[in-house]
Amino acid sequence: MSLLKVKDLVSYIGLFTILQGVDVEIQQGEAIAILGRNGAGKTTFLRTLMGLVKTRSGSIELDGVSLVGTPTHKIAHMGIGYCPEDYGVFDSLSIEENLLLAKHKDDDATAERIEYVLELFPDLKLAYKRMARTLSGGQRQMLSVGRALVNENKLILIDEPSKGLAPVVIEKMALALKEISKKSTIVLVEQNFNMACAVTDRYYMIDEGRTVHNGQICDLIDDKELQQRHLGL
Amino acid sequence: MGNIVTLLFNGISEGCLIFLMASSLSVVLGLMGVVNFAHGTLFLWGGYVYAWIYNWTGNWPLSILAAVTVGFGLGILFEKIFISRVYGNMSAQIMVTLGLQIVFTELCRVFWGAQQITVARPSFLSGVSNFAGITIVHYRLFLIVVGVVVTVGGQLVLTKTRVGMIIRAGVQNSEMVDSLGINIKRYFTIVFAIAAALAGLGGALYSPLNGTLNSNMGAANQLLAFIVVVIGGMGSFIGSALGSLFLGIMVAVIGWVLPDISLVAPVLMMALVLIFKPKGLFGLAVRK
Ligand SMILES: Nc1ncnc2c1ncn2[C@@H]1O[C@H](COP(=O)(O)OP(=O)(O)OP(=O)(O)O)[C@@H](O)[C@H]1O
Ligand SMILES: [Mg+2]
Repeated sequence: MSLLKVKDLVSYIGLFTILQGVDVEIQQGEAIAILGRNGAGKTTFLRTLMGLVKTRSGSIELDGVSLVGTPTHKIAHMGIGYCPEDYGVFDSLSIEENLLLAKHKDDDATAERIEYVLELFPDLKLAYKRMARTLSGGQRQMLSVGRALVNENKLILIDEPSKGLAPVVIEKMALALKEISKKSTIVLVEQNFNMACAVTDRYYMIDEGRTVHNGQICDLIDDKELQQRHLGL
Repeated sequence: MGNIVTLLFNGISEGCLIFLMASSLSVVLGLMGVVNFAHGTLFLWGGYVYAWIYNWTGNWPLSILAAVTVGFGLGILFEKIFISRVYGNMSAQIMVTLGLQIVFTELCRVFWGAQQITVARPSFLSGVSNFAGITIVHYRLFLIVVGVVVTVGGQLVLTKTRVGMIIRAGVQNSEMVDSLGINIKRYFTIVFAIAAALAGLGGALYSPLNGTLNSNMGAANQLLAFIVVVIGGMGSFIGSALGSLFLGIMVAVIGWVLPDISLVAPVLMMALVLIFKPKGLFGLAVRK
């Protein structure tokens, strides 16, 4: 059984239907990329999975359990960690508090995972007691991703981690995500092709709210025509 | 010299009273994005319940407790039945909270009549002391103590507890708190109820200071609280403490120096702040 199975998903915000037919299937342990041009519906796809955007029709199943209509906080407890486009870091909380806030359980395993996050991102360890408002963009991204690792999540959703970061920082982040993907299943929304290639194996391409294509990411590298058509590259 | 100190003292005590309303208004606005026009009504009910029970039993702690409890109860009622349905919808919120204000102010007139009623201060707080030319009204000193206790207590809860952490995070991004697995809506109810209880306490402490109550006092004090929220920066607890002190002192000083404009002074002050520091005098220093 696949870990996440999304079929014919249609979702809406107010009067606007944004997703108009998205099909995605992910196996346990995979890392997949969601590609697509600006405004294609990538962010909306992740937000619909989290229950932040309402589903009109279609199905979303995590480990065979439907997520449609489930409140967001329950979806989080079902094992999905979410790193939004703007990081979702809390400025008036310290790094430590940002991580602690995410904790679902107070056990040794959680404490170990927090240790792991601090090893993976030494920047966070150095600034542990500092307010998050003092962090740089890259460090915010680290905190956002780190926070998604605090719980034993089945699936981690990351929205454009490369956005607005300097090339060296993107490289560091790509390495960290590659490391994380050894243990976790990842859905990565990306427009930065290098990042997507470095971290994921397969891709789904979304255009105008629909999944229009999917395949191995290495095949896409050479397919200039497809890139042109759906990514506007 | 003594006059000035007395003036400052009075201003600070008024500020502490405004703070009870303003801090709760500000936190509700920051956390839930709700501009609560019914906040003054909760203050009004706190005042009337206090006066009613006090004039009837003479039991001061019981009267305060009753006012706070009624505020808390009305807060749960307001949030659960009305406000929870209109989160994220600004115009509906304005209609709903204004509607609650009108209905519950009228209900107050129905229960207690439109005439002014009087209420005395409890005897142990009704004295006055003089030293070195400074006049200290004991009741005002008591208001300052309450203000300090609420400020320190509120700040401790906000910075040292998990609930406080959730509120601070939710003020910035409640959706993200939800996405981390925390049922933020549940905190909305409890925070709204505590805010309502603080407004009720404000009303209960205000009526004996004034000595008389009338059904317009809710709206008048709500206006001052809104002005503090603007001055102090929305969603900032410490900002509203500083803003309240600032407003209390300024009103006292202006009332003494230029009594003719003392009624419009708070509004003028707010206009000036909006023009020169639209995010509030203290908002930037306290929050990002
Ligand atoms: N709150 C909203 N109300 C109406 N339309 C919206 C809203 N949010 C997003 N949209 C529309 O939905 C479409 C998809 O937006 P989305 O943010 O999912 O795109 P995206 O693929 O993440 O783009 P980007 O690469 O720029 O982040 C866009 O056309 C956008 O205008
Ligand atoms: Mg996006």
